[in-house]
Amino acid sequence: MMENLYDVVIVGGGPAGLSAAYSAYKNGAKKILVLERDREPGGILQQCIHNGFGLHHFKEELTGPGYAHRCMELVKDKPEIEILVDTMVLDVQADKTVIAVNPEKGLMTIKGKTIILTMGCRERTRGAIRIPGERPAGVFTAGAAQRMVNMEGYLPGKKIVILGSGDIGLIMARRMSLEGCKVQAVLEICPFSNGLTRNIVQCLKDYDIPLYLSHTITKIKGKGRVEGITAAKVDDKMQIIPGSEFDIDCDTLLLSVGLIPENELSRGLKLKMHPLTNGPIVDQHRETSVEGIFAAGNVVHVHDLVDFVSEEAEIAGKYAAITAIGSIGAKTQDVEIQPGEGIRTCVPQHIAVSEAGETVRLFMRVRQPMRKVGGGEMLFTKMLPVAKPSEMIAVNLPAEKIEQINGTIQVVIKEV
Amino acid sequence: MNASEKADVVIIGGGVTGTAILRELSKYELKCILVEKELDIASETTKANSAILHAGFDAKQGSMKAKMNVAGNRLYHELKQELDLDIEWTGSLVVATDAVEMETVKELFTRGRENSVEGLEIWSAEQVLKTEPNLSQEVKGALWAPTAGVCWPFGMAIAFAENAVINGAEIVRNCTVEGLDVVDGKICGVRTSQGTIKAKYVINAAGVHADEISRLAGDNSFTIHPRKGEYVLFDKTAREQMVKGIIFPTPSKTSKGILVCTTTHGNTFVGPNAQDMDDDDKEDTAVTPQGMQEILSSARKLLPNIPVGAAITEFSGIRAVSSTGDFILGESEKVSGLIQAAGIQSPGLTSAPAIAEYITSIVLKKEPDIQKKANFKRNRPKHKMFHRLSHEEQAELVRENKLYGRVICRCETITEGEIMDAIHRPCGGCTVDGVKRRTRAGMGRCQGGFCGPRITQILSRELGIPVTAVRKESADSQMFYEKDQKNGGNA
Repeated sequence: MMENLYDVVIVGGGPAGLSAAYSAYKNGAKKILVLERDREPGGILQQCIHNGFGLHHFKEELTGPGYAHRCMELVKDKPEIEILVDTMVLDVQADKTVIAVNPEKGLMTIKGKTIILTMGCRERTRGAIRIPGERPAGVFTAGAAQRMVNMEGYLPGKKIVILGSGDIGLIMARRMSLEGCKVQAVLEICPFSNGLTRNIVQCLKDYDIPLYLSHTITKIKGKGRVEGITAAKVDDKMQIIPGSEFDIDCDTLLLSVGLIPENELSRGLKLKMHPLTNGPIVDQHRETSVEGIFAAGNVVHVHDLVDFVSEEAEIAGKYAAITAIGSIGAKTQDVEIQPGEGIRTCVPQHIAVSEAGETVRLFMRVRQPMRKVGGGEMLFTKMLPVAKPSEMIAVNLPAEKIEQINGTIQVVIKEV
Repeated sequence: MNASEKADVVIIGGGVTGTAILRELSKYELKCILVEKELDIASETTKANSAILHAGFDAKQGSMKAKMNVAGNRLYHELKQELDLDIEWTGSLVVATDAVEMETVKELFTRGRENSVEGLEIWSAEQVLKTEPNLSQEVKGALWAPTAGVCWPFGMAIAFAENAVINGAEIVRNCTVEGLDVVDGKICGVRTSQGTIKAKYVINAAGVHADEISRLAGDNSFTIHPRKGEYVLFDKTAREQMVKGIIFPTPSKTSKGILVCTTTHGNTFVGPNAQDMDDDDKEDTAVTPQGMQEILSSARKLLPNIPVGAAITEFSGIRAVSSTGDFILGESEKVSGLIQAAGIQSPGLTSAPAIAEYITSIVLKKEPDIQKKANFKRNRPKHKMFHRLSHEEQAELVRENKLYGRVICRCETITEGEIMDAIHRPCGGCTVDGVKRRTRAGMGRCQGGFCGPRITQILSRELGIPVTAVRKESADSQMFYEKDQKNGGNA
């Protein structure tokens, strides 16, 4: 077994892991290791061959592999940064020992002064939402189908129904159309789409693909291979309206019904988790409840844009590096951030205030779609034309405002 | 298979009953062939059931079910060692929530003793809640049966099959029985989709289709009625909120009821309900909204706080309910040489080894000169499971074979080495679900989302077939299709 001490060990080589590695390097870490389970770094970006990435972070529009390439360019040829691919992390311990395995190096025991968790997220499956019916071939999560089409060169089927209007579902509706498949419908149980507006327009409207809002699937048909589905309308409590059922012919059902932060290692570490983000609770430096263990990207909370993943990972990389080579500095107080009216989640969940005085950026998601939102007489307010659950809201909280806080702040959103 | 083969015994059906019989017969100097209509064994009722080794207090005193259950349960102790079976002797509780149910629990205690079930105890509510603290506070008491256990059901059938093949038996999959040849009231051959097999004995272990097979030989003395049972399976992360063993409600006249139960891998399931299907509807394994609601609301009476969000899959299986109300075991009264192992519903999994001994004894009685094989191999080689090894053992294994260092199924930590072993072992996995049943790859929380496509590609590579020829389970369950080159081809 190889045993080595690193300043920063990063679990996951997607955009979060690579951005964290670069940031840790820029902030003085001398020995950084990135562990990636796939055959190359870049994470899910490698299968996202569409454009629309990077407008915030790289100030130009890139494809997924293009974005991944930019991240790779920043970390390559740097003796301080080592990347191991085809490597699965089996266990992370609170003393910052990492057990990993790969075919060439075997089982490895690695020590980090700090660790950054950047494992990303996975897709919710059929079983998790309990779709009734048979269990034939031809039911895939949209991301699994995307990888098969874009990276492996096979089609999941020819006649497609998509359940869920999350961005991957919408992107796959367009992708399958471009491959000559017939996309019969996209069904969404909510009365609003869960994808970005631009994807509704560019992926569905431009291809005449019908979007059925407030609809779900009541049966998957077909014993060996999918032969069709039964759809039904739901009421405002998301209960099926009897008599509203109708059949749609298809050989494939793609699911885009939500993403879940992939926190098996975090649970093994017994990190304090947040019940709504499904990720570890972090402070503004993205340090978790275990000292020296940081987390960033979709493992903390599911992001809408990879640009924000990189931004968050750079924060984690910076403070992991500072912690590894010195100290962040004494904490003067801990401010808890509570999601109030209209807000579902806010990251970070708390601020470890120090004398350094820093601006903290809050990333929030609202509970439901809203128009013209803002606040009243408050510590700090921001006005927005619209707010949607599918889009993150970012607000900078200046250091001088943080100094005025005593104990707790609430973040709220209201239509004005 | 050759167009015309000859065997002493042909077994129809590769479920746990058929494979257990095959393994038992493979101890003797007999040529035995098992035919299975699906692409793989253990892919029907054996794959979708409660995975419980019952103690034996349910079945009516004196019934075949009662005898086979208690005997089968005992036989599994030795088989676990010989065949490296996945069994945990957790014990089971039948829980009463009122005084009337408590009376039934006491009746079960008495019946269990008459069935020679060992170690039965009546427990107080305090004892029950001490062992299973998540159960309802309404619990009044329970029947404790320490000899019950949980197992990996398809793993058993696969183990029986592998060991039988090692001992010279033959298994032909994707082989549908189309007719049975009977001359002068005596069976003499099996006509299949892959040719005819001449046979002295035919053992009917065709599960839900056993009545149809029997009719092919002219024996219509019984029917098999399909009764569906649905299940919801939960992620391992929910275990703390669940149960440690097997929890039955107090049974009704028709069913053992909807139970909450752990598995050998730390998941938990609830189910099954009991839905009588039309007699010609033996293939409908769809799960229904009503069924899922029924099992979840029933299970909540035992376990009030079920973490529904932690569900990872739902499935259903078909019970083969016989018209006699009991297992049908023995030679047909109409056709000599046709031996029935039919109507094997619960406790069929538990009974399988005892049924195998019983059916074998019938053959041996008719063939008194048959000798035991001198070189019979009792043990099945251990199949390594990476995630169950210590870090030291894992390191050693990867040094021996580096494919054990590549994790394919991320949820269950199943390596490429294990998948290769599953494909290339005797009667190996040749479908995505076949690999799943041999390794657990795809049984975790992502349900094969990540690893399904990769296993498809490994099967393609190892079997030397195109990706488009790989099947999930049945012959018509194609996984992936070629791209249409007009539309960009392989981008």
